[in-house]
Amino acid sequence: MPDLLIELLSEEIPARMQGRAGADLKKLVTDGLVEAGLTYASAEAFATPRRLTLTVEGLTAESPTLIEERKGPRVDAPEKALDGFLRATGLSKDQLEARDDKKGQVWFAKITKPGRPAAEIVAEVLETAIRTFPWPKSMRWGAGTLRWVRPLHGILCILTDTASGTAVVPLQIDGLVAGDATVGHRFMAPDGFAVSGFDDYVAALKRARVMLDPAERANHIRHDAANMAFAQGLDVVEDAGLLAEVAGLVEWPVVLMGPIGEEFLNLPPEVLQTSMREHQKFFSVKNPKSGRIEKFVTVANVETADHGATILSGNRKVLAARLSDAKFFWENDLRVANAGMAPWLDSLENVTFHNKLGSQKARIDRIAALASEIAPLVGADPELAEQAAQVAKADLSSEMVYEFPELQGTMGSYYARAAGLAPEVAAACKEHYSPLGPSDDVPTAPVSVAVALADKLDTLTGFWAIDEKPTGSKDPFALRRAALGVIRLLLENGRRLSLAKVAARGYAGCFTAAYCNTAIAESDDRGNLINYRPKEPEESVVSDLLSFFHDRLKVFLRDEGIRHDVIDACLALPGNDDLTLLVTRARALSAFLRTEDGGNLLQGFKRSNNILTQAEAEDGVAYEFGPDIKFAESDEEKALFAALDSAEVAIEGAIAAEDFASAMAAMASLRAPIDAFFEAVQVNAENQIVRRNRLNLLHRIRQICLSAADLTRIEG
Amino acid sequence: MTQTTRPTCFQDVILRLQSYWASKGCAILQPYDMEVGAGTFHPATTLRSLGSTPWAAAYVQPSRRPTDGRYGENPNRMQHYYQYQVLIKPSPPELQTLYLGSLQAIGIDMALHDIRFVEDDWESPTLGAWGLGWEVWCDGMEVSQFTYFQQVGGHDCHPVSGELTYGLERLAMYVLGVDHVMDMPFNAPDAPIPLTYGDIFRQTEAEYSRWNFDVANTEVLLKQFEEAEAHCAFILGQPEVDPKTGKRIVMAHPAYDQCIKASHIFNLLDARGVISVTERQAYIGRVRTLAKLCADAFVTTEAGGWQPS
Repeated sequence: MPDLLIELLSEEIPARMQGRAGADLKKLVTDGLVEAGLTYASAEAFATPRRLTLTVEGLTAESPTLIEERKGPRVDAPEKALDGFLRATGLSKDQLEARDDKKGQVWFAKITKPGRPAAEIVAEVLETAIRTFPWPKSMRWGAGTLRWVRPLHGILCILTDTASGTAVVPLQIDGLVAGDATVGHRFMAPDGFAVSGFDDYVAALKRARVMLDPAERANHIRHDAANMAFAQGLDVVEDAGLLAEVAGLVEWPVVLMGPIGEEFLNLPPEVLQTSMREHQKFFSVKNPKSGRIEKFVTVANVETADHGATILSGNRKVLAARLSDAKFFWENDLRVANAGMAPWLDSLENVTFHNKLGSQKARIDRIAALASEIAPLVGADPELAEQAAQVAKADLSSEMVYEFPELQGTMGSYYARAAGLAPEVAAACKEHYSPLGPSDDVPTAPVSVAVALADKLDTLTGFWAIDEKPTGSKDPFALRRAALGVIRLLLENGRRLSLAKVAARGYAGCFTAAYCNTAIAESDDRGNLINYRPKEPEESVVSDLLSFFHDRLKVFLRDEGIRHDVIDACLALPGNDDLTLLVTRARALSAFLRTEDGGNLLQGFKRSNNILTQAEAEDGVAYEFGPDIKFAESDEEKALFAALDSAEVAIEGAIAAEDFASAMAAMASLRAPIDAFFEAVQVNAENQIVRRNRLNLLHRIRQICLSAADLTRIEG
Repeated sequence: MTQTTRPTCFQDVILRLQSYWASKGCAILQPYDMEVGAGTFHPATTLRSLGSTPWAAAYVQPSRRPTDGRYGENPNRMQHYYQYQVLIKPSPPELQTLYLGSLQAIGIDMALHDIRFVEDDWESPTLGAWGLGWEVWCDGMEVSQFTYFQQVGGHDCHPVSGELTYGLERLAMYVLGVDHVMDMPFNAPDAPIPLTYGDIFRQTEAEYSRWNFDVANTEVLLKQFEEAEAHCAFILGQPEVDPKTGKRIVMAHPAYDQCIKASHIFNLLDARGVISVTERQAYIGRVRTLAKLCADAFVTTEAGGWQPS
């Protein structure tokens, strides 16, 4: 059983592509080997900035001989058909066998595919893998036509067997000849060396100052950084994304820690962290006592005689230049903030939000109006909510956010505090963007919730107004994310509101200005346009938006294990634009249907409903008159009357109290009487009075059940 | 590793790069005699990266970015600065090693410094060009741009050119240990008349900053843009065979000069703040159209690999 080792040596592979590339190499090669008839025990891929490596252990030495049988034309078929079959199989007529088949005698061919040695298969599979490698972006170089992520310099491809030793797989691609050698670290050990197998390769690379395994490099960085910080009583700020990136920028990580200049320590920690991460890929080191970021950790790719002193001093210099910029922005911004941020708000008038939806300023005014209307519904002070909405996006004009867009909101919060605004307002500046993704926390402070809802609802109603809805995979304005944000804000805070009313209010707000070209207007005496109103009637747009919310809700609840038909069953009931109510109902129904009683009741309900619907269709009558117990014949029928009476009261009361679990429990109490009724009684009795009465009884079952949820929508 | 001596002044850095790349076989060209935003605009790069004819050139190119003007007060931002540009076609397999040699030549000792190739793909929307490569970091500072051209003027590059661009002031400041560009010695500090970068450029930076931002006549500029655009098309619209000499003379370079002119005028208009966000894209598209027309013309010339049939 030979082992296979492949290394593709190239110029520096972008850090963000390395992990995926390793996985792709493994998949392409192992799939190819298996497809060609080989098997293997295990495979693992690794990536460094300069190499992609794959080790495959326990590979079969050759593929098995395959015998394939193919059915040909009938023996009495024309000559041409037989000739074609012979050409396709590569056999001669005397090698064929005539056998009886359903339609008479038919030619059969037996084709033997001899097994092939692993080396031959590996060479083919690797060449195909290299030529079809799915890099996100690839390039040509020199005068060649081969594509790779950056110029490819070497192919190491060997098969190692305990019996026969190491053999190079014969392979040549566009002048690159596979061999058994590679090179070490670009600066510390640039010479080439040959290897005999994977273990030898890993050990030789380590001697040549290359750590092959990205996880080992990341661990090394994490460990050294933590130790260095710990020795000085400090903590490294965790940043998994940065760690993975930095581990992809070095073959031999050398961790260095340095101080941040005293004059920068008063910058907000988010600014220090963002500037250091974005520009220089530094980790931040925090002093747990002061809570401040006081040092940085950088990861070099080389060990030097001066133990990194030159490297560290160069990095400090670059950092100082970068942080001088940040400090300059921060101080300029604070001057504007201290004076109340007016110039920023004014300048937002000149920033287009969308050419059909006006400026950022116009949008902020709409959000503020909406936030103050939403505020009482979510327990917030309307004036504070309106004020928060007015300043929440002021930082978009600040110099710091221009430089670091990802600090929007965070800076707004600092600047609102500097402007002397209430803490709730400052918090809303930061929190109103949330939740940004499925793992992002949802704000809970009422003012933040009001502004966050208003912000997202304005976006949604605005883009609905100008008919820029998401289609298929296209959602350039992230409207699905906005809708999901609204859903989570309402549900996770347990807030109740009529989405239809709020959306209608937001929609109307989009037509109070002259920019909306989907509006109709009249001119006044002086030729000014007045009385803007939408071309599309408000109701249809709002109901369309509402069904968008409902679709998003289904996706959201699917993760909770609540089926779409359960939600449909609840959507059919009144108040379906109150998502919190809707979800409470859906959760109760879903839990109910998972119980044995629930499943059986559903069957009983469906049976009742089917019989009733069929009878109504045949008779052309709606059996809506109350059934009378005096026509009940059996005990089971009478028991059902009694059960329905008590369930009706219980369900009505529970629903009025929005206690859906109790409503479902009351419904569950109907299961036994309904089952017993169908067991004992024939609905379509000979006696027409009894039949009619029973159909009316079925109608009551339907009505009572439908008051909790539309069970006709439930599948199965 | 050989002990590298450190340069003493700005021009020392330039001279060392010149002699290094000369020793590696590059033709040392002179700056192009027009205002450009970057060394890439020099026809020795833009046009010569097209077609199959081998090429190796290196040169200093004064570059102008009107919006970067800071009246000579910013430690490293200026509206006029120098780029060092190397273009080799086809890109040699050892280009990275050659590049690292150039850093050694200007006194960067590989045994003491941390050099890194960090992903940075290059795109010039005005030239209709893109390539893949890196920004090169030395101890965390970007010292060069390293690009393998894939497309220029809408044409696929066959063979591929390797392009190196050094921001000379920033690189020299780092090597010389200077914090403010205006303090950097330009000639030898022990020369009879020592001159700093500021002695030469502080005043011009202030003059051009004022002109770029507030004075340049936008009406004149707008008109010049239109003229350059029309002129470019006019030149390329001429018949290939010159009626006077009877020879086939495609005027790709004169047309490209008009494209360079249009591009610079656009940059000036941008600095004057008279181009809105939406118009901006349209202007860039107009310059790109010119660049593509010039590229189309160049590949029909001898230097562009065209052969009379």
